[in-house]
Amino acid sequence: MLYVVIIFLFLSILLYVILGGADFGAGILEIFTPASFRDELRNTTYKTIGPIWEANHMWLIIAIVILFVGFPPIYTTLSVHLHIPLALMLIGIIGRGTAFVFRHYDAYQDEMQKVYNFIFTYSSFITPFFLGLIFGAAVGGQIDPEADGFYEAYIQPWFNLFSVAVAIFTVAICGFLASVFLVGEAKKHEVKNVVVGKAKLFILFTVLAGGLVFAASIIDDVPLVGLILTEWITLVTLVLATLAIALLWVKLGEGNTILVRFLSGFVVTAILLAFGYHYFPDLIITKSGENLSVFNSAAIGKPIDTLAWALLIGSLFILPSLFYLLYSFQGNKEVEEIV
Amino acid sequence: MEDLFAARSQMALSLGFHIIFACIGMVMPFFMATSHFKYLKTGNSLYKDLTKAWSKGVAIFFVTGAVSGTMLSFELGLLWPEFMLHAGPIFGMPFSLEGTAFFIEAIALGFFLYGWGKFKPWFHWFTGVVVGVSGLASGILVVAANGWMNSPSGFDYVDGKFLNIDPIAAMFNDAWFTQALHMTLAAFTATGFAVAGIHAYMILKGQNQEFHRKAFTIALVFGAVAALLQPISGDISAKDIAVRQPAKLAAMEAHFETSKSAPLIIGGIPDEEAKEVNYAIEIPGALSFLAHGDFDAEVIGLDQFPEEHHPPVAVVHYAFQIMVGLGMMLVGLSLLYFISLWKKKNWQVQRWFLWLFVVATPLGFIALEAGWTVTEVGRQPWIIYEIMLTKDAVTPIPGIKYSFFIFTAIYVSLAAIVSFLLYRQIKAVPASLKENSNVSIDY
Ligand code: HDD
Ligand code: HEM
Ligand code: HEM
Repeated sequence: MLYVVIIFLFLSILLYVILGGADFGAGILEIFTPASFRDELRNTTYKTIGPIWEANHMWLIIAIVILFVGFPPIYTTLSVHLHIPLALMLIGIIGRGTAFVFRHYDAYQDEMQKVYNFIFTYSSFITPFFLGLIFGAAVGGQIDPEADGFYEAYIQPWFNLFSVAVAIFTVAICGFLASVFLVGEAKKHEVKNVVVGKAKLFILFTVLAGGLVFAASIIDDVPLVGLILTEWITLVTLVLATLAIALLWVKLGEGNTILVRFLSGFVVTAILLAFGYHYFPDLIITKSGENLSVFNSAAIGKPIDTLAWALLIGSLFILPSLFYLLYSFQGNKEVEEIV
Repeated sequence: MEDLFAARSQMALSLGFHIIFACIGMVMPFFMATSHFKYLKTGNSLYKDLTKAWSKGVAIFFVTGAVSGTMLSFELGLLWPEFMLHAGPIFGMPFSLEGTAFFIEAIALGFFLYGWGKFKPWFHWFTGVVVGVSGLASGILVVAANGWMNSPSGFDYVDGKFLNIDPIAAMFNDAWFTQALHMTLAAFTATGFAVAGIHAYMILKGQNQEFHRKAFTIALVFGAVAALLQPISGDISAKDIAVRQPAKLAAMEAHFETSKSAPLIIGGIPDEEAKEVNYAIEIPGALSFLAHGDFDAEVIGLDQFPEEHHPPVAVVHYAFQIMVGLGMMLVGLSLLYFISLWKKKNWQVQRWFLWLFVVATPLGFIALEAGWTVTEVGRQPWIIYEIMLTKDAVTPIPGIKYSFFIFTAIYVSLAAIVSFLLYRQIKAVPASLKENSNVSIDY
């Protein structure tokens, strides 16, 4: 049953990164969009993510609950040593969720919209940034459960080049996912050109940020590059991801929405799989080398078993209705009218 | 500000905030569904407008509830890591099921909000009901988790270790049913009176009389029925606590010394040093009766517990008085309303009658917050009753007060924005209903 829980944990993180990431990316795109085009973009975003955005956000909660029920030492170690970035990420989550709804449910469309938009776009940036920072810090090897100094215990684990590089990479991924996703939604010719341009920009940005992660790992002595080169599964997966990006670049303008979206999802899945495989079973790499893994941290026995059953039974309910929701709002007519 | 105190304040603030949105998020869908039902039955478009107007409110509250809930699931670890390290696997069951309930709720809300004109009317209506039912289920599940903190079960505690964990037994702890029942009723009472109060105010302002009257009736019928049941359920809770957590009951009643035929103390100022209550009204034997159903029964007082395990008596006692006092006022208003329905139809158009309900708008929520203060502060100094002390659970990171200040600022601004939005939603209603606005009732 432990494996069931591990798979759900991986899946919920993956889905959060892909679906939530596209969602954050939409906000990030707004920052990089000229004012004249921003309204169009906003409408497109709203029409496409409106119905499902609330569901996206749930994957994070599922992941958190799995962590604290199934792997409490991991949850508490992260909470204690990464308290500061976690709190900052929470601020981003609050700002984003509320601003998104406020700007659509305010009964009047006036000056307040500027305030909501400001909060929405910047928190769309902050949230994945700190999420990435937390990912980076968890595996960066700077967490030291024995540390007593404030800086060593609560700052150093995340305040380093490697974590920041992962953070930037995460932001890039979000922008990448959103821009590729929107390419499919844009029907008008000139809109499409703008969106394709954006998508290419974000592809470049993602590739550069990926390079930055590897460079930072070398500077910060995080044993990543050397190890990856000797692990053929990780290596092959990363190579496939790179090829998929290249293919995506070529196919972007051709109007094959499904292929393009599939490729972008594939890229992100492959990257997460590669790193997941690389670090498995560890989730937190500590300074002393006594890492916290999904095996040594698991609440083996009834807690894990009941958790697994709860997840399995839950998905019986959730998956069909989620698919039906996505299906019902596919090819939304209004979307075509607006864009 | 001491770190422990800052952490407790931040937790209390976050929960106190979340609970308001959570309650509205779980109760409003039922109002919506009722109005929607009436629309489908009668075809009166006012009911459709009302459903839509309410559903916008629900969306705003749902999101605020969801983000504040997300914060809570992080805050449990950010503030109480030692607690979560041990409690997570034990009381996690309700949280993992709650995930499903939330998910269904979110999906159903997606269907409902964006589904006008897309689905068959009754399917669309049904998705609205699903929002309410799953919201209610999630509320009940979290309260079961809280019940476990009051009445820990489902494990053996040996030498500081939690062994033989059984998450299902932990979920069905001794407190879950009484708390869930009382909490559900409280959510309906508080939301019902709050919504009714707002619409009563709009009727008084003379806008869209018919529209607001329909809204007022739906909300108040739910609220008033729940308010009438509330004291019964509260009494069940009190009897339960007398057995489960006598220290909490003693603090609620400011009952310092164990005694037979104990008096019920109403009001008064507890003096924790001198262990007495000044200026109170005492009803002889009534506490024994309320707690054990017998005027002569013995009621355990705080003297049975070591001083360092006493909860803060004054806070718990005041909070309890506020809850019960307001509860009784709401019972009175509910009776008044039912009398007006059956005997005195003309009251309903009187200004004094409507003003009473306007004044009552916040009372249910004040009672609800007071009730949680009773439950949570009354459990102190324990975070897990008689197993783990709150001070042993708090995070080691220093400077929690800064986090508390920042989050206070955020909650205050969120509350301000939500009130502002709601104000604008309500103000905007007349604009969308121009064609109906010639209907009016004379005073
Ligand atoms: C509208 C709100 C409301 C109203 C009118 C009342 N309550 Fe209440 N009460 C709550 C809202 C609430 C609550 C916020 O929902 C609590 C906190 C925890 C819980 O389970 O319910 C609560 C807790 C609570 C507890 C502690 C339960 C525990 O710790 O397990 C007792 C003994 C009572 N209540 C008793 C009463 C009585 C005798 C009332 C008589 C009118 C009453 N309540 C009215
Ligand atoms: C929503 C209604 C709730 C309210 C208004 C509420 C209120 C409070 C208050 C006032 C405190 C501070 C007590 C003190 O420090 O003296 C507190 C503490 C706490 N509550 Fe609750 N509570 C609620 C529900 C819950 C639930 C459902 C849980 C968990 C499942 C929970 C977990 C905690 C924890 C972990 C603390 C900190 C430790 C402690 O002080 O006991 N609360 N809450
Ligand atoms: C007695 C206390 C509580 C009650 C009655 C309650 C009830 C609810 C309800 C009904 C919702 C749905 C949101 C809505 O419809 O507006 C919700 C959201 C949420 N609650 Fe609470 N809750 C309580 C305390 C807590 C605590 C202590 C936690 C943290 C562990 C928590 C975590 C969440 C989360 C994560 C969400 C968001 C889920 C979503 O996106 O819908 N809640 N809560």
